[in-house]
Amino acid sequence: MTTLTINGTTHELDVPDDMPLLWAIRDIVQLTGTKFGCGMALCGACTVHLDGEPIRSCTTTVGNAAGGKITTIEAMKEDPVGQQVQNAWLDLGVAQCGYCQAGQIMSATALLKQNATPSDAEIEDAMTGNICRCGTYNRIRHAIHYAADAMQEDS
Amino acid sequence: MTVSNDSLMIANVSRRRFLGGMAGASALVLAARWDMALASDEEKQYGAAGMPGGWVDDPNVFIQIDPDGSVTIINHRSEMGQGIRTSLVMVAADELGADWDRVAVQQARADQDRYGNQNTDGSRSMRHWYDPMRRAAASARMMLEQAAANEWGVPASECEAGVHEVAHKASGRTLGFGELAEAARELAVPERSAIELKPIEAHRYIGQEADPVRQRGSGNIERPMAIDGEEIVEGSATFGADIQFDDMVHAVIARPPVLGAKVASVDDSEALKVTGVEKVVTLDTNSEPAGFKPMGGVAVIASNTWSAMQGRDALKIEWDMEAAGDNARYNTDDYRQALEKAAQSPGKVIRSSGDIQKTLDGADQTIEATYYMPHMAQAPMEPPVAVVRLRDGKAQAWAPIQNPRAGREGLAGVLGLDKEDVTLNVTLLGGGFGRKSKPDYVLEAGLLAKETGGRPVKVQWSREDDVHHAYFHALSVDRLEGALDADGKAKGWRHRTLSPTITSLFQEDPEHKGGFELGMGFNTMPFDVPAIQLENPEAESHARIGWFRSVYNLPHAFAIQSFAAEMAEAAGKDHRDYLLELLGPARRIDPRDFGDSWNYGEDPSVYVIDTGRMRNVIETVTAKADWGRDMPKGRGLGLAFHHSFQSYTAIVIDAEVGDDGSVTIHNADIAFDCGFQVNPERIRSQLEGACVMGIGIALHSEITFREGRVQENNFHQYNVPRMEHAPKQVRTHLVNNDPELPMGGVGEPGLPPVAPAVCNAIYAATGKRIRQLPVNDQLAV
Ligand code: FES
Ligand code: FES
Repeated sequence: MTTLTINGTTHELDVPDDMPLLWAIRDIVQLTGTKFGCGMALCGACTVHLDGEPIRSCTTTVGNAAGGKITTIEAMKEDPVGQQVQNAWLDLGVAQCGYCQAGQIMSATALLKQNATPSDAEIEDAMTGNICRCGTYNRIRHAIHYAADAMQEDS
Repeated sequence: MTVSNDSLMIANVSRRRFLGGMAGASALVLAARWDMALASDEEKQYGAAGMPGGWVDDPNVFIQIDPDGSVTIINHRSEMGQGIRTSLVMVAADELGADWDRVAVQQARADQDRYGNQNTDGSRSMRHWYDPMRRAAASARMMLEQAAANEWGVPASECEAGVHEVAHKASGRTLGFGELAEAARELAVPERSAIELKPIEAHRYIGQEADPVRQRGSGNIERPMAIDGEEIVEGSATFGADIQFDDMVHAVIARPPVLGAKVASVDDSEALKVTGVEKVVTLDTNSEPAGFKPMGGVAVIASNTWSAMQGRDALKIEWDMEAAGDNARYNTDDYRQALEKAAQSPGKVIRSSGDIQKTLDGADQTIEATYYMPHMAQAPMEPPVAVVRLRDGKAQAWAPIQNPRAGREGLAGVLGLDKEDVTLNVTLLGGGFGRKSKPDYVLEAGLLAKETGGRPVKVQWSREDDVHHAYFHALSVDRLEGALDADGKAKGWRHRTLSPTITSLFQEDPEHKGGFELGMGFNTMPFDVPAIQLENPEAESHARIGWFRSVYNLPHAFAIQSFAAEMAEAAGKDHRDYLLELLGPARRIDPRDFGDSWNYGEDPSVYVIDTGRMRNVIETVTAKADWGRDMPKGRGLGLAFHHSFQSYTAIVIDAEVGDDGSVTIHNADIAFDCGFQVNPERIRSQLEGACVMGIGIALHSEITFREGRVQENNFHQYNVPRMEHAPKQVRTHLVNNDPELPMGGVGEPGLPPVAPAVCNAIYAATGKRIRQLPVNDQLAV
């Protein structure tokens, strides 16, 4: 049995320690907001936060995540920064198909928590690991600035 | 409108939640299109009427009003990011007079008999469904007005629907849509000839633009009306991969590494030892042509995806490569050389005017260039995935699929069921780009559902599976020759195009491109040159070739728009001026005059080749991009345009090439004319996305084969654009929003001119002409 804490809830899972966190989240816990895109830490679709750090859940094992605090897209509407990012995404119509966007939002939220006013270069740096095949990058860049502005106004 | 429709309603349909429909066998779809191209003009049906299943405008099929006033609109086209669930609902809501906040959308299942054509490709959802949806909604509105008139005992002509209610002006009485729903349901649907459509000015949603890319801090930003927006940002939107059942099992498949190879033997003893693995199933390899059939291989069924993947890794499979025939020797380097050689000799003449050989022989100057575009995989962000449950002789399926009918009928075929016993629910698609027009992955789940004792089975493709077993964009070689006179004026143009054809999916050994492939910018080439000859030499197919967003427009536009720039250079003229000169004065050309009887299925007397609209997008985009301005060293502007899917696109790219050969795209200006615009905000987003995808095609994306095997595995080898490759800025300029103009497509026509514009910009920046895609390290010194 492995114990995972996901979005504040504790889950006892009977899975091998080397199972990637992604599949534990999706198939076992059945939280499906976190997506599978590559399985090799190449696309960012599976991004979640482990103790606040953005990680690729497809290459992080359950064993390595046990004991940490895992946060997924499903918790972002309760997160003050996550909310701002979600609002920015909606206001600017970022999503096309939407499949990559959970991962994009998790990466963007982690960035804004560490750097409330990122430059274009810092945004590119933080987001380069998140592929969007629909090509929404310009709006993502815009939306991160937009969320940063909204955070400034609110604070 | 209908209130109760048991076959459609799903318990607890909350706003914007959906489970849905499905449909059709695609060989049939293609056959129908070809038949249409061969039919005489009198017999031909155009537009939606020419599609399998045609159109339906019955309000009872598409619109449901409940007594509480909630309006549910059925969307029967697949949503893959183009925004059709929003845009078609805007059309219906507007014509009905519904209040957007009380409108929900429900996704239709695959049922082409009920809904009409559902095949979501060819950039035709709005083009084909704007009119039927308006008629359906207008009928519903008239039925509500009639119901109110009956209630009040006044003539219907005195009752007018406003926003979600019907009013009787004279008496000031009103009744809400919900209050009228039950009475309206009993009424007859108005005759089609009696339907009164709202004037365009009366629309509240159509044409509205929230301007989502407005500069930060410039004031109010209204939210775009994205139907699935909230669910997407909250992670609760349901894609195909997100279908879950407690008793579901998960499968992955080791498919033949070469198309047509068979399983010679399999040792599954180690696989069965993996925790969670339940069963290993060998699937037959179907004979060619490949069609939409599953590829065969060995499936591992397990309690979760990871166990299934581990089990697959532990399989020991011997493949019978003999069964793959020539496919096992397919090598893209050799194949390319063979095509380049073949391009030196004449091919089947597709279009000819003037004497090209004489013109070339007698020219003051001739130039010649050969262009290459490789295979590519669509690589939608959501890899193929499908769930099927087979119980009591009936199948339930869930899949992200562009062609629901092909999925449903294909499932019926592999399961030996009537299609009435197959329900295919269409989920959101995590991208499609043509990959999900082919239901092979859905049929795989159908085959495995026979093995799971009534439990639902999900077939999940890995990214490697997706890259190895795409329906590949056709590799292309295009050779062009131009004749110029002493003033640099174009006198002759010869173009030979060589590619494997998509027809090879359905037919043994076709050697030439089909009419629907040549009609994608090849035989419709619009330049006004005295001697033109267009040829299509033979080319074989050794892999599954399929639609990739904008399809054969990609190589045709790349070659033609690059060569036009090369001609301008040879003539010593400005590229823009030369393009306009090549186009000549504004003309409206009947596509049949160019030998194109396909015309994207549209009526050639309505949808013409309009060089005036081409000129307009070129003039617009070059003005917006300040064409001709001085550029810093290492930086240049590149121009290209293309006409496809009945829309017109011109692009100027501002690119910088670094000392290390890296390319930075500073700006993209895009002028776009699709005629009348329903949802300008989603039009812009499609153009922005197409621009990014096109930059990837120009710079990075390539699939290669050796010994019949795809050499790339995942995104570290099959490169698609990342944020740093996107333009720093994209500006979209929408022109000709005229309700009188026939609608063009949106999802695809933004893509073809991007790669040539990028390469023309690279030339302007460096003097280096790119004729082979992708650029990769060609610019490194
Ligand atoms: S699925 Fe984890 S990075 Fe792509
Ligand atoms: S929105 Fe489709 S992959 Fe990003």
